[in-house]
This record gives sequence, C-alpha cells and structure tokens, in this order.
Amino acid sequence: MADTLIDIEAMIADWRRFLGQRRVLAPEDIDELEDHLRGQVAELQSRGLSEDEAFLVAIRRLGKIDAISREFALEHTDRLWKHLVMAGQDAAGAGFNREMVVALLLAVGAAVSLKFWDITGLFPLQPDQELPLFYLVNAPFFVLPWLCGYFFWKRGLSNGHLLKLVIPFLVAALVANAYPFARAGNTQVLSILHMPIALWLVVGLAYAGERWASVNGRMDFVRFTGEQFIYYLLIAIGGWIFIGLTFILFSSIGMNPERLAFTWVLPCGMNGAFIVAAWLVESKQGVIENIAPVLTRVFTPLFTLLLAGFLVTKLVTGQGISMEREVLIVYDIVLVLVLGLLLYSLSARDVEAPPNLFDKLQVMLVVFALLSDLIALVAIAGRISEFGLSPNRVAALGENLILLVNLAWSAVLYFRFAWGRGALAPLVSWQTGYLPVYAAWAAVVVVVFPPLFSFQ
Amino acid sequence: MNINKDLMAASATPLVLAILAEGDSYGYAIIKRVRELSDGQLEWTDGMLYPVLHRLERLEFIKARWGKSETGRKRKYYQLTSQGKAQLAEHRQQWQAVDHALRLVWNIMAPLPQAAC
Repeated sequence: MADTLIDIEAMIADWRRFLGQRRVLAPEDIDELEDHLRGQVAELQSRGLSEDEAFLVAIRRLGKIDAISREFALEHTDRLWKHLVMAGQDAAGAGFNREMVVALLLAVGAAVSLKFWDITGLFPLQPDQELPLFYLVNAPFFVLPWLCGYFFWKRGLSNGHLLKLVIPFLVAALVANAYPFARAGNTQVLSILHMPIALWLVVGLAYAGERWASVNGRMDFVRFTGEQFIYYLLIAIGGWIFIGLTFILFSSIGMNPERLAFTWVLPCGMNGAFIVAAWLVESKQGVIENIAPVLTRVFTPLFTLLLAGFLVTKLVTGQGISMEREVLIVYDIVLVLVLGLLLYSLSARDVEAPPNLFDKLQVMLVVFALLSDLIALVAIAGRISEFGLSPNRVAALGENLILLVNLAWSAVLYFRFAWGRGALAPLVSWQTGYLPVYAAWAAVVVVVFPPLFSFQ
Repeated sequence: MNINKDLMAASATPLVLAILAEGDSYGYAIIKRVRELSDGQLEWTDGMLYPVLHRLERLEFIKARWGKSETGRKRKYYQLTSQGKAQLAEHRQQWQAVDHALRLVWNIMAPLPQAAC
C-alpha cells in the first residue's frame, strides 16, 4: 500500500511537471486540474479500480492536454501573448528568417525615406547647422508607415484595412506640410508635438488588426508600445556608444567623422532601429517580458514618492506653477507616465489574482496624479481667464482635462478593486477604451487648431 | 449517444450557472452533477470545463475563491454572482423558448422509434 501511495504521488508530480511546460497553464490552473484529477481517481478507486488504473482513466477523461491548453490559451489571451503556443508551432525555423528579412528591408526603407531628402539636396543635413524644420514636421512619416507596413504584412490584413491605414497618413502628411504655418509658430510646434500621438493610433489599428475592437487586442498594443519603447531605448544606448567609438577611432587617425556620424549613422540608425525594435518585440517577447513588470514595480513607488513630495512642497510653499510650454509638457509627460505605469502593470498582471499591497500603492499613485493634474488645471484656467485663449493654453487645457477624466474614473475603479469591492476587468476595459480619446484630441490639435488660431 | 459539439458548447454556460445556483461548488463536483442530471448523456471532456469556468469568472457571472477540500488540499470553489443570476434567468428564458418550439414540432411528427434513443 505504501508503495502505491508513493507511486501515485510520483505520477501526479510527473504529470504536473508535464503540464508546467505548457506555459499557458498557470500554476493555479494546474492546482485546480490536480484537484479534479484526485477527485476522479478517488471515485474510480471506490468503484474498485486499482490506483494506477484509476489514474490512467482519470487522465484520459481530463482530455488531451494539447486541446485543453488551446482552450486555456483562447480564454487567457494575455498568456497566449506571452508564449505564442498557437502561432509558434508551424513557424519554428524558416518563418523566423523570412520575417527578419522583411523587417530589415522595412528598416532600410525607413532610413532611405529620410536620407532621400538629404541626398537629393532638397533638405540637406549639415552637422554644424540647425536641423531643417522639414525633418521635425515629417519625422513620423519616415517611420510609422513602414511600421504599419510591417504589421500589415505580418497580420495578413485585408485590402480594406489598407485604406484605413493609408488615408490617415495621407491626410496627416497633407495637413503637416500644406498648412500655411507661421514658421515654427505655436500652432506648428503643437502640430509637430501632437502628430506622433495621433498617428500612433493608426499603428494600433495595424498592430491589432481585427482585434482592435476587443479589450485584449488593445491591451496587447499597450504591451507592444511599452516593450518597443524599452527595446528602442536599449538600442539607442548601444547606438550612442557606437557613435562615440566611431569618433574615437577615426579621430585617432586624424579624420573628423562628424559628417558620417551625424548625417548617416544617426538619422538612419534612429529610423531603422524603430522598425527593428518592433520586430524584436514581436519575435523575442520572452526577454523583455521579464524586465517590464520589474521596471513598473521599481518605478511605481518612486513616482508615488515624487508626486507626494511635489504635492506637499506645493502646499507648504504655496508656490504657483510656471506656465512655460516646456514645463507644461513635462507635467503632462509625468501624468502620462503614471498612466503608463498603471496600464503596464495592469497588462502584466494576472487578472484573476486578488488585490495586494502593490495595488493599494498604485491607487495612491493615481490619486496623487489626479491632485497634481487638478493643480495644473487650476493654473491653466487662471491663465486663460487672465490672458485669454492661446493655442498652447487650450491644448494644455484639453490634455489635462482628458487626463483628469481618465485618472478620476481610474481611481474610482481601482479603489473598488484594491479594497475588494469590484473586479479588475472594468478598469482594464476603461483604460483600453480610453486610448482613442488621446489620439482624437491630438488629431484635433493637429487638424483644427492651426486654422482656428490662424496658423500663428 | 453523441451530442453535437456546438450544442454542448451552447448548453455549457446555462448548465454551469444553474448548477452553481444550487450552491457553491468546484470543478469535479460540477462535472459529476452534469453527468447525473443528463443520465450520463452529456459527456464533457473534463478538462474543457475549466476554460469555461474561467471565462464566466472573467465576465463576473461567477466568483472564485480558494478553499480546502475534505482532505485538506487546495480547492477552487465557484459562487454565482448577482450578475450571474440575471444571466441565468436570461438563458433560461431563451432555452425555454427553444424547448417549447421543439416540443411542439416533435409532437406533430411521428414518434421516434424507442431503440434509436
């Protein structure tokens, strides 16, 4: 009897190990399946089967692990995203290389589309002169269409979808270049700043394809955004080291590599790396996946402290905030980063896990961000009532209002979840549902503001 | 008798919700109850129940909590939520409409030979 007892425990341990390799199955899922298996074994034994017979029958009744994993994968697409059980099966070797070739070609295309204007002499890049405004205005158009092209190819999207991607880019390029802006005036600077935000939504449409309508599709896009950002940053750090080394090596033989570095390596690298980063996210998800949640864990407490410190100092000193455009931008960046931390930790989170201390910390972070946003809003409203409307003030007002609405409702939903009065799902769908609002406002700033403020 | 896959899938949600309406339960007990209710006619692949349960949980029709089994092992119990109750009522009406129509039409048709059951 003692023998068989060890036997079944060993068999169950083996079986668990086997299931554990299916990474769509979380340990809790396996616990649940094990409980089921044990229940079935016990019942079969009580009907007179021996232990190992009962085990075999119970395993059989549970069904094919492949099929079950697939069902689990369909239900938990967040895990599917991590491990790609379904797509990875057929494209082990050959598919990888083909994708690499396509990605590299598109990266070269992105670099060429920028360099074209320099080589033809239309907008020459000079290392010792200021960058022509043309490049700032058109920066998104050298990169994002190629990125969309990559996803269009990768997802095998339909031609109807192609129109949805091409038209926004055409309209955007037209608006950016054909509007009679006062050179580097407020409306043009605002347009340059908001254009990437508006167009990023188009990238989302390409990325998620048909799944854009679903919470999971959008959440995957959020993950993609965060991971691409991290990859791009890593490549950029490497790139700077590379340029530094180029300088040192060529200088040592009496050459000045300035031209090579700043008109070739830097612009081509910046553009190409964007596509390469996207491809890396798509094909090597496992690597970053482990870093990103760690980063959110590290920075959430830091940002909470930062905002708490800021609010306390503001209260104590009663100091008003500066209304420079740069300051307002940094302000909004901090708030967007808070939302990014929130979104990212949501996307990396097991939706079924109960709330923990970290969630409460995050509620605090959201509340602090909300208060900071209110302070900014009061300051902006004060400025508007004092000095009237200006493009910068209206843009800032709109942005802070949009963030306020998002932060306020997020705080309510997150509070409910963290204190056990609600589920996480409403917060996730609120956040993903809100994504188009940012892009819509950015589009308004890009399209409506310039004529509204007579292109000043 | 082999019941069509689509029919099994469609009936899974109301069955699970209805069983949980009888009281909190866990995976294995739910499967047993399904067998009992259908005289063994509805044979689910046991493992397939769990993705269904997790979906219902995500939709907030049911709530899960970890408890202990009689032998002291971890066991995940499911409980019907108020949303789940509303959903169950909805399902019940729809199925009753289907059932009603089918009954009428079966009655009009010639009776099924007993052996085929």
